[in-house]
Amino acid sequence: MFSLLRSMWLTFLHAFHKRETIQYPEQKAILPTRWRGRIVLSRDPDGGERCVACNLCAAACPVDCIALQATEDPTGRRYPEFFRINFSRCIFCGFCEDACPTYAIQLIPDFEMGEYNRQNLVYEKKDLLINGQGKYHGYNYYKVAGLAIGGKGKGEAENEAPPVDIKSLLP
Amino acid sequence: MATIYIDDKPYEVPTGKNLLEACLTLGKDLPYFCWHPAMGSIGACRQCAVKVYKDENDTKGKLFMSCMEQVRDGMRISIADMEAKEFRAHVIGWLMTNHPHDCAVCDEGGSCHLQDMTVMTGHNYRAFRFDKRTYINQYLGPFINHEMNRCIQCYRCVRYYKDYAGGKDLDVFAAHNHLYFGRHQDGVLESEFSGNLVEVCPTGVFTDKTLKQHYTRKWDLTMAPSVCHHCSLGCNITAGERYGSLRNITNRYNGEVNGYFLCDRGRFGYEHVNHVGRIRKPLVRAKLPEATDKLTALQAAAAAFRTGSVIGIGSPRASLESNFMLKTLVGEDNFYQGISDTEHDLVCLALKILNEGAARTPSLREVEQADAVFILGEDLINTAPMLALAVRQSVRKQPALEHISKANIPVWQDAAVRELMQDEMGPLFIATIHDTKLDEIATHTYHDSPDAIARLGFAVANFIHADFPEVKGLNEDEIQLARQIADSLMAAKKPLVISGTHCGSERVLMATANITNALAAKEKEAGIVLTLPECNSMGLAMLGGHKLESAFEAILNNYADTVIILENDLYRRANAGMVTNFLKTAKNVLVLDHLHNATTEEADILLAAGTFAEADGTLINNEGRAQRFFQVYPTSEDLQESWRWLGELGTLLAHDRISHWHGFDDILQAMVKEMPEFKGIDAVAPGTDFRIAGQKIPRAPHRFSGRTAMLANINVNEPKPPVDPDAPLSYTMEGYRGQPPSSIIPFFWAPGWNSSQATNKYQQEVGGHLKGGDPGLRLIKPDTSHTAPYTQTVPQKFQPLEGHLYMLPLHHIFGSEELSMHSPPIVERAPEPYVLLNEEDAIQMKLQKGQSLSFTIEGQVYQLPVKISPIIRSGTAGMPAGLPGIPYAELPAWATLNRELKWKQQPQTTY
Repeated sequence: MFSLLRSMWLTFLHAFHKRETIQYPEQKAILPTRWRGRIVLSRDPDGGERCVACNLCAAACPVDCIALQATEDPTGRRYPEFFRINFSRCIFCGFCEDACPTYAIQLIPDFEMGEYNRQNLVYEKKDLLINGQGKYHGYNYYKVAGLAIGGKGKGEAENEAPPVDIKSLLP
Repeated sequence: MATIYIDDKPYEVPTGKNLLEACLTLGKDLPYFCWHPAMGSIGACRQCAVKVYKDENDTKGKLFMSCMEQVRDGMRISIADMEAKEFRAHVIGWLMTNHPHDCAVCDEGGSCHLQDMTVMTGHNYRAFRFDKRTYINQYLGPFINHEMNRCIQCYRCVRYYKDYAGGKDLDVFAAHNHLYFGRHQDGVLESEFSGNLVEVCPTGVFTDKTLKQHYTRKWDLTMAPSVCHHCSLGCNITAGERYGSLRNITNRYNGEVNGYFLCDRGRFGYEHVNHVGRIRKPLVRAKLPEATDKLTALQAAAAAFRTGSVIGIGSPRASLESNFMLKTLVGEDNFYQGISDTEHDLVCLALKILNEGAARTPSLREVEQADAVFILGEDLINTAPMLALAVRQSVRKQPALEHISKANIPVWQDAAVRELMQDEMGPLFIATIHDTKLDEIATHTYHDSPDAIARLGFAVANFIHADFPEVKGLNEDEIQLARQIADSLMAAKKPLVISGTHCGSERVLMATANITNALAAKEKEAGIVLTLPECNSMGLAMLGGHKLESAFEAILNNYADTVIILENDLYRRANAGMVTNFLKTAKNVLVLDHLHNATTEEADILLAAGTFAEADGTLINNEGRAQRFFQVYPTSEDLQESWRWLGELGTLLAHDRISHWHGFDDILQAMVKEMPEFKGIDAVAPGTDFRIAGQKIPRAPHRFSGRTAMLANINVNEPKPPVDPDAPLSYTMEGYRGQPPSSIIPFFWAPGWNSSQATNKYQQEVGGHLKGGDPGLRLIKPDTSHTAPYTQTVPQKFQPLEGHLYMLPLHHIFGSEELSMHSPPIVERAPEPYVLLNEEDAIQMKLQKGQSLSFTIEGQVYQLPVKISPIIRSGTAGMPAGLPGIPYAELPAWATLNRELKWKQQPQTTY
């Protein structure tokens, strides 16, 4: 009998507690920045596409919902010709973000992706690419990679010596 | 056999090998870079260190490079020893100090030996804080991309390119830590085997430029075991596909045939599959393309078939099954081989020689073991490139075997062996119509007309065995040369004579047969290799069929009015006028092909045939080896194998036999039943219902990505995975994960070994045969009882004809083959049309290099720029064979010079 009354009392006390429920959608939840929501492709500090189409995100994806094709601009800079994520399959595990060597693919705190038609959940590059660096600022993959691209020749990356003069006999 | 103890466990290993080979054969994971099974050890990279102990009481041990240490009985070593492990991790740490942060944009990534070895050693953190070394890259031509920053200085590229393949324009430059592997200046790599650098290089310095155009990681490719369609040798290849287009060709190891390497035509000639000129759906001339589908096309074909009397023209570039199906459909009497009459005679003669001669055709691996080689009339680099590479090895190895036994050095000690041998080469004699790239390693070369080559061959046979016909009227030099060749062949243990159809002379083939028969009569274990024009020339010859000219006659004389042409551009087989006349006269022309060409233009009904990547089939190579190739990726029903089109046509016509065949296996079984020469061909690869643990073999690696997204743009609901009705392979990543039988290995992969080096895990012994035997079945058995002269007729000396030139075919590795010339990088390497004249003839005709020469062959007028050579025989001239832009002529043939007719207006084709 006592335990019954005690339970009722405790439940009654909850009526005076601070509200945890958020009046969504009128009120938006404040999500942590590391929330794994909608996936975006970001740009490097110079405004270039960060994605170099290395296929690591696609390989890491446990549901295989990322498909892309690599291509190159005339200067040798690699980028995805198309980049497609099938969000109707995505489980938002974030493995793609972990796998990405260039910080291009990022999961952002946005989960409002509901659609009536499943086909609309297929996002192409134009839907994914944002005009910013996303969560990770300041990183530019091509500044540390050895590959020469337009505007960055051999030996001009960070921590790189100038190209070797193969005719030199100096030690 | 010797017993060695690895980490205190005893193992039986063969003696004479090095420790690294022994460990890898035992399935141990031991990292290495500079060692390559085809090239031996030099101990340059220090990566394969192991601990070697004096005896069981020795606890300290010493570090040894396992690739430099011979297996000794009772040896005690440790791979897992901490010091050895740390040493290996350190070595890779050093190699990586300058390696760029490139993997994401590197084409090697995912199939990179350096990646695999780095993971294997456990090196995962870069301790080096200083700047990385960089290099300027070079342009190396349309095949190979150069990214020198990634180099780890293992020297494999130059050892392969210079020592193994005999290239001259790739070398190592500079000194100390500035080593540079490249050319002396930007430029196209000259070697015809440069593509192998992609697989030889353990990292991404040399990568496939054609793959770069449509880059796909190895793990994303759908791959199938295939056979190269670009020459008669039948090298094994792995073809990879992604998003419906063929992405690359890599080597598929076959211990008997191609080993670790491919030629550039085979590796980069695949783009015809992705060509814009592909026929992708059936077409009927009377109907709009939109209104034509598979059924209407088949019905139109059946209607034409019912009303007319039909003949079929086969093709040496179509699979055996397709040719057999056509032969069955039209009947044996109405089946014609779609090759020129000269070629028909030559191929039939070659088959006859192989069937009736005493000599056996060695496989390419056996060619490498030959200790005296005589080549008659074949420019091997251009007609059978991998055979040229094998001959190069035989010349390199022959003196080595002799010296090594004396010097007590193991064969795999590459640097020591090379030091010992210097420039010594084994006996190689080359008799050709013009100079070849192999001439530089030949003991003696002889350049003359085909008849003179044949006469030399007959003289050699006569010197070997006196019962063989004597050649009269040879000059002193020729007699001496013939005697020298005969002596070398007699002195050898495994003499080898190579000839083929490419100089267009039956007499050369007969001379070859005489030499091998003479050697057999002297109880020598002689080998004979005859190269053939195309990938399935041998299969077509074994299948039989009439000459093409009689097909023309059948139509022109109204014996038949409907013709089915199987994967064949007749304008490459006969005179253009004749073919046009033939196709115009025929009431219905039904063509099956995969690329639009002059013949398909004339077709009334055009059926879209699958290329090698979209079809299953069997090819028979020049040694009579039947090899199965598998479809790489599924296609829509509008595009299917020729044999399937013909089978469906047969079913529609209620053909009494064809309508009972359901699927690929039934065709093979019917073929075996009807033609005893194909006995066993149904067992070349496991049948359709073959399963391991109830599962098919997957064509895609287990990391294959994007399955639920690659087609989501069309429909978000994924389609059912396509089913392969013809092969025990599945199109997806699902299936048996272990090692499949050797004939159906879609790709080489082993845990921790993502690069092509995983081949080690599939071999019985590293560098040896594949587990379960190398794929392919040899159908031709020599008849050792035949030791009599093949012929007694010796040809007369070649006599030049006033006002004429004896036009000989000159073959080009890039240019002469039909399909590869649809590949842009191959086209880039192909020569411009030309006619090759003798120096003296050119002076006499007052012609200089680049000026055009006009001549007529069988009514076809040519006007080609002149190239001048001191080597080609006066009175003869050479013209590139099969080069697009030069109208077809059946070569060799007498060309009439048109110099006097210059003023006359006549239809001319100028180039």
